[in-house]
Amino acid sequence: MRLLSSRRRHPAAKALLLVSGLFLMGALYTLIAPPAQVLADTGNSQQIAEGKALFAVGCASCHGLNGEGQVSGTIQGPPLAGVGAAAVDFQVSSGRMPMARPGEQAPVKPNLYSEEEIAALAAYVASLGPGPAIPEPAAYDTSNLSAEDLARGGELFRTNCSACHNFEGAGGALPNGKYAPPLIGLDNKRIYEAMITGPQQMPVFDDEVLRPEDKRAIIGYLQSLHERPTDGGLALGGLGPVSEGLWAWIIGLGSLIFFAMWIAAKGAKAK
Amino acid sequence: MAQPAATVPDDSSVQPVTPQKELGPVFKAASGPTKWLDDRIGLAGLGRPFLRKVFPDHWSFLLGEIALYSFVVLILSGIFLTIWFKPSMSEIEYQGSYELLRGLRMSEAYASTLGLSFDIRGGLLLRQMHHWAAAVFIAAMLTHSLRIFFTGAFRKPREINWLIGVAMLTLGLIEGFAGYSLPDDLLSGTGLRFVDGLIRAIPLIGTWAEFFTFAGEFPGSLIIPRLYMVHILLVPALLLGLIAAHLALVVYHKHTQYPGPGRVQGNVVGYPVFPVYAAKAGGFFLIVFGVLTLMGATMQINPVWVFGPYNPAEITAGSQPDWYMGFVEGGIRIMPNWEWHIGSTTWSWNVAIPGLGLMGLFFGLMAIYPFVEAWVTGDKSEHHLLDRPRNNPTRTAFGVAAMTGYAMLWIGGGNDLVATQFHVSLNSVTYFLRVAVFVAPVLAFLVTKRICIGLQRADRDRMLHGAESGVIDRAPSGKYAERHRAISQGEAFKLTQHPDQPALLPLTDVDGMSVKEIKSEQRRRKATRFYFIDTLRRPTRAELEEAAEHHMHPMAIEGDGEHHAIEPEPEEEHHLAK
Amino acid sequence: MSEDTAHGQPGAELATLDQERYPVPDPGLEPHLPRLTDVDERAANRATRQVATFFGLVPILCIGFVVVYFAVPGDAWVDFGPLRANSRNLLLGLTFGLALLFLGVGAVHWARKLMDDQEKIDYRHSAASSDADKNYMLTELDKVVDESRLTRRKVIGRSLIAALATILLPMIVGLADLGPWPTKKKRAETIERTIWAPGIRVVNDVTFQPIKPENIEVGQLINGEPANLQDLEGAEFQIEKAKSAVIVVRMDPNTITIPPSRQNWQIGGILCYSKICTHVGCPISLWEQQTHHLLCPCHQSTFDLGNSGVVVFGPAARALPQLPIALDAEGYIVAQRDFLVPVGPSFFERDSRNDFKEGDT
Repeated sequence: MRLLSSRRRHPAAKALLLVSGLFLMGALYTLIAPPAQVLADTGNSQQIAEGKALFAVGCASCHGLNGEGQVSGTIQGPPLAGVGAAAVDFQVSSGRMPMARPGEQAPVKPNLYSEEEIAALAAYVASLGPGPAIPEPAAYDTSNLSAEDLARGGELFRTNCSACHNFEGAGGALPNGKYAPPLIGLDNKRIYEAMITGPQQMPVFDDEVLRPEDKRAIIGYLQSLHERPTDGGLALGGLGPVSEGLWAWIIGLGSLIFFAMWIAAKGAKAK
Repeated sequence: MAQPAATVPDDSSVQPVTPQKELGPVFKAASGPTKWLDDRIGLAGLGRPFLRKVFPDHWSFLLGEIALYSFVVLILSGIFLTIWFKPSMSEIEYQGSYELLRGLRMSEAYASTLGLSFDIRGGLLLRQMHHWAAAVFIAAMLTHSLRIFFTGAFRKPREINWLIGVAMLTLGLIEGFAGYSLPDDLLSGTGLRFVDGLIRAIPLIGTWAEFFTFAGEFPGSLIIPRLYMVHILLVPALLLGLIAAHLALVVYHKHTQYPGPGRVQGNVVGYPVFPVYAAKAGGFFLIVFGVLTLMGATMQINPVWVFGPYNPAEITAGSQPDWYMGFVEGGIRIMPNWEWHIGSTTWSWNVAIPGLGLMGLFFGLMAIYPFVEAWVTGDKSEHHLLDRPRNNPTRTAFGVAAMTGYAMLWIGGGNDLVATQFHVSLNSVTYFLRVAVFVAPVLAFLVTKRICIGLQRADRDRMLHGAESGVIDRAPSGKYAERHRAISQGEAFKLTQHPDQPALLPLTDVDGMSVKEIKSEQRRRKATRFYFIDTLRRPTRAELEEAAEHHMHPMAIEGDGEHHAIEPEPEEEHHLAK
Repeated sequence: MSEDTAHGQPGAELATLDQERYPVPDPGLEPHLPRLTDVDERAANRATRQVATFFGLVPILCIGFVVVYFAVPGDAWVDFGPLRANSRNLLLGLTFGLALLFLGVGAVHWARKLMDDQEKIDYRHSAASSDADKNYMLTELDKVVDESRLTRRKVIGRSLIAALATILLPMIVGLADLGPWPTKKKRAETIERTIWAPGIRVVNDVTFQPIKPENIEVGQLINGEPANLQDLEGAEFQIEKAKSAVIVVRMDPNTITIPPSRQNWQIGGILCYSKICTHVGCPISLWEQQTHHLLCPCHQSTFDLGNSGVVVFGPAARALPQLPIALDAEGYIVAQRDFLVPVGPSFFERDSRNDFKEGDT
C-alpha cells in the first residue's frame, strides 16, 4: 500500500492509470472474446426484436422460445444457436420451415413470409450464436464464367453433389424415406446457402475447402445445364436407364405390337 | 439317295415352258441376268421350295420379326457409328463443341462419342436409334420367347430352336452391356466397376478372372478396346450364325399355327412368301426401322454428355444399368450381406449368388423347361398346333410365376427410384422385396392356374350351352334367363382340338421293370398329377350331342324357370387315368 | 396320346373319324370371304391411291432429309411444349423415319387390301428323315468306316483322338497373357495397397488444395485424394484413384463411438475413410450429416461413419476401411500410413480377419 501511495503524486498518474486499465481490459477482451460475428444486420436491434416476435409465433413451438431446441415426443426442433442467418434464409424462403408436421424430412412448400420478415428472423437467429451469414451477391454471381470454368464446375458437381442429387440434379433417395431434392429451377443464392449451411442431412461444404469460386463454378454449371435444351429429344423424366427402359417397352415394343396386330388383322369381310 | 448316274432326259420328256402371257418390261429386263445366274447356280432350283412357301398369319408370330429387324437396324446403325468411334482409353483434353466439358481430360472413346453426338451430322440420331434398337431388340426377344413358352411351341421338334433362342437372349444381354459401356461415361463406367467387383468376388478364381478381363487392375487401359472387339466382332458373328440356324429350322419345320377349322397337325394354312408374306414382312421391317428412327429423333436416350466422363471417384444417385440387366441389379441390391471369412480366404456369397447365380438360374430354367415338360407328359410326338395357354394351366402358371419373380427383381433394381417416386422408405422397399421375390411367384402361380381353369370352364360352358345371345326371356314366374345360341362348328372344333392330358395314377402292374425304372415312372406319374389333375377334360361327343339336342328345342322355361344343364358329376370333370 | 404326324397327308380324315380324339369333327377351312376391295372397284381404287400416296411421300421425305442435313445448323433448337431439343436431330429423324414408315405401311396396306388374300395350304413332313435316307446313311457309313480301315487299325483312331484333344492346348495356353497373373506378390503390389503413405497430404478432389482441420466444420464432408495422385497420369492415374479416393467427415466427438485402438486415427472428430464401397467398388459420397450414415447409391450399402464404418444396411459385408490421419508440421492433414486392409471389393484371397467388426476395440 505504501508503494502505491508513494507513486501517486505525479499529475499524469490518474490519466495513465485509466488508460492502462482500459488497455488491459481491451487486451484481455480480445484474447478471450469470441471472433467477430458476421451478422446479417449487426446491431440492428429493432430487426432482431421483430425477428424474435415472428420466431415466437412461427418457430418456438418446435425450436423453443429462445431457439434452445427441444425433443419431446415426435417434435424434434434442433437448437438454432450457430446455424446462422443463411440457414434461416434458406429454410424459410424455400418454405421448408416452418414444417407443417413432424417428419423425416422438411419438404419444400410455398413460403408465406415476406423478404423483410425473413431478414428479421435471420437477424434474430444469427443473434443467438455466430454462424454462416447470408452470402453477398458477388459470391453467387455466375455471369462471368468461361466454358472451362463451367466444365470445372461440372467436375466439382459430379465429385461432390451428384452422389445425392443425381447427374443433372434431378434428386435422389436417402435411407428411411428421406431424399435429396431436385435442384432444377432454383436460384443461385438458394444453392449457395444450402452448401454453406448443410440443411438437415446434407453435409456442410464451407468456403474454406470448397472455395467461393468453386461454388460459383458448380452453380454456373448446374444452371447452364438446365438452360440447355435436351439435345436428343424429350427428356422422359431424366432418370436414366429406368425411364428409358420403360419407354422402350411402352412406346417401342407397344407401338410395334399395334402395327403387328394391324398387319395380321383379317379385316372386315364383304358378304 | 443312292442312284445310278442320272441320264440326261431326252427332249421328248421335257416340255418347254411357254410363257402364259406377254411379259412386262421389268420381267423382260430381268430375264437376261436371271438366266446368267441360273446357268451358274441353278437359281430356279434354289428358289423353287421357297417361292410359294406358306406362312400362317397371326400378330403374335411377328414378335420374333421385331427382334430380327431390330437386329438389322443395330447392324446398320452400328456400322455407321464404328466409322467415327475411337475405342481407346488414352486421355486427351476435350476441345470439341460441347462447352460444358471444355478443357476436361477424358478418354478418346468418350470424346469420340461426344463428337458423334455434336459434330457429326446425324450422329446423335444414329446413336439414339442404335440404343433404342438395342432396348427393343431384347424386349422383343423376351416377349417372343414368352409367346413360344405360353403356346408350347418349344415342344418336339423345336427344342433345338428354343435352346438357340435362349443362347441368343444371353448373347443379347452381353452385347448390350458391352455396347453401352463403350462410351466410357460415368454411368456405364460405374457399371463396369460393378462388373469388376462382381468378377473379383467369384470364389477361387475371382482375382484371376478380374486381372485377365481388365489386363490388370480396374480400370486399366484395355477394357474398352476389348469390349469393342466383343461388341462388333465376336458376339455379332455368333448371333448371325445363331439367327441363320434359327431361321433355317423355322423353314425346315414350317411355322406352327393356332388350332382352328381346317388346321391340323399335318398341314399349315397361310399366305405364300411371294407376294403377300414378303410384302407384309418386308413392310414390317421398314415399319420397325421407321419407328426406331422416329424414337431416335424424338426421345432422348443415354445422354452421355450430361453424365460426364468416367471418373472412379465420381458417382450419380440413381445408378442403374440398362433395363435388361435390371433383374441382376435387383438381386444384388436385395441380397443380404452374406460373406464367409474362412482363415485367410473370403467367400463373397453376397455378390456371387445374385451376380452369377441369377443369370445361371434364369437361363438355366429357360433352357431345361422343354425337356422337363416332355419328361412329365411322356409325349414323344411332334407338335405343330399351338396350345391355347388356358389348356395347359400349370405351364402357364409356371410362366407367370417366373415373370413375377423376374418383375420383383426388376423392381429391386430400381428400388431407390421407387422410393423417391412413390415417397416410401428405401429400406422398406428392400425388406419387402426380399420376401416378395419368393412369395409373389407362388401367389402368381396359384392365381394364374385358377384363372386358366376358369377360362377352361368358360370354354366348356360355351360348348355345352352355346354363346350368350343377348336376348333375355322372362318366365311367368318372374325369372329371367338369357337365351343361348349354338356356336359354330369351326369354333367348337377349335375349342376341342387339344388332346386331353391325363393325370396318371401310380403304377400297379410293375412286371418286368427294375426298381430304378419303377421309381422313375412313379415320380413321373406324380408329376403328371401335379400338372394335369386340375385341368378340365373336354366334353365327349355324347355330351355335346345331348347338349345340342337340349338346345334344339326352344328354351324350356319349365315350371321353376330353371334352365337345365348337363353338368357332369364333379369327379368326372377331371380324370384320372390308369 | 400320340398326335398324327401326317407324312405329307392332311389329318382331316382323322379329325372326322376319331370321335374320342375329336369330339367335334373338323369342318374344314372356312370359305374364303371377299374383302370390300375385292368386290367394290371404288374401294379398290381408293386403296390403290392410298398405297401410291404412301409410296409417293417417300421421295419427298428423303429429299427433305438431304435439305435438312445441309441447311439446318447444329445449334438450332426447337421449343415446342415439352419438347426442347436439337432441331437438326429432330428433323433428320422425322424425315428419314417417316420415309421408312410410309414405305412399310404402303407395302402392308397393298398386301392387306389389294393382294390376293386366299389362304393356301401346305403339307408338313415329319422332321425325321425318311427311312430310305436313314437306311442309305447307315449302309454307306458302314462302308465309310470300312474304307477308312479304322476298325482294323485301331491305334490310328486312338492316337487321333489324343492328338485332336491336345491340339487345343496351344490355343488355350496362348491366352495366358490376357493379363498379369495375380500371384500373392502381384496382389500385394496392386489390389492390396494404395498410394497412401506416411506424410502424404489429404487434398480436396479436383482442386487438389490441402486441408487444415480448423477449416472443417462439424457436419462437413470433403471428397479427398492423396496429394501424390497429381504425379500420375493416364491409366495409372485412374487405377490409383479408383483405390485411394477418400472422404473426410467431421462429427461431434460426443455423438460418435471411437474404439480405443482408433483414438489416434482422428483429429478432434475429423475422420478419414476410404471412399470405395466394400461391396463392388462404387465411390460413396452420400453422407447424412445427422445420422452419420453413408449410403452407396449403387446397391444401397449403408455404413455408420460414427462407428468405425460398420455396415448397418445393405449387401456390403465389411466395414469401410478407415485411414489414420495426423497433422504435418504446417498444420495440414496427412495420412499416417496406408490403409491397414485392402480397400474396395472382396476377393477370394483377401484376408478379412483384420477388418473392423462391431464390438472390436
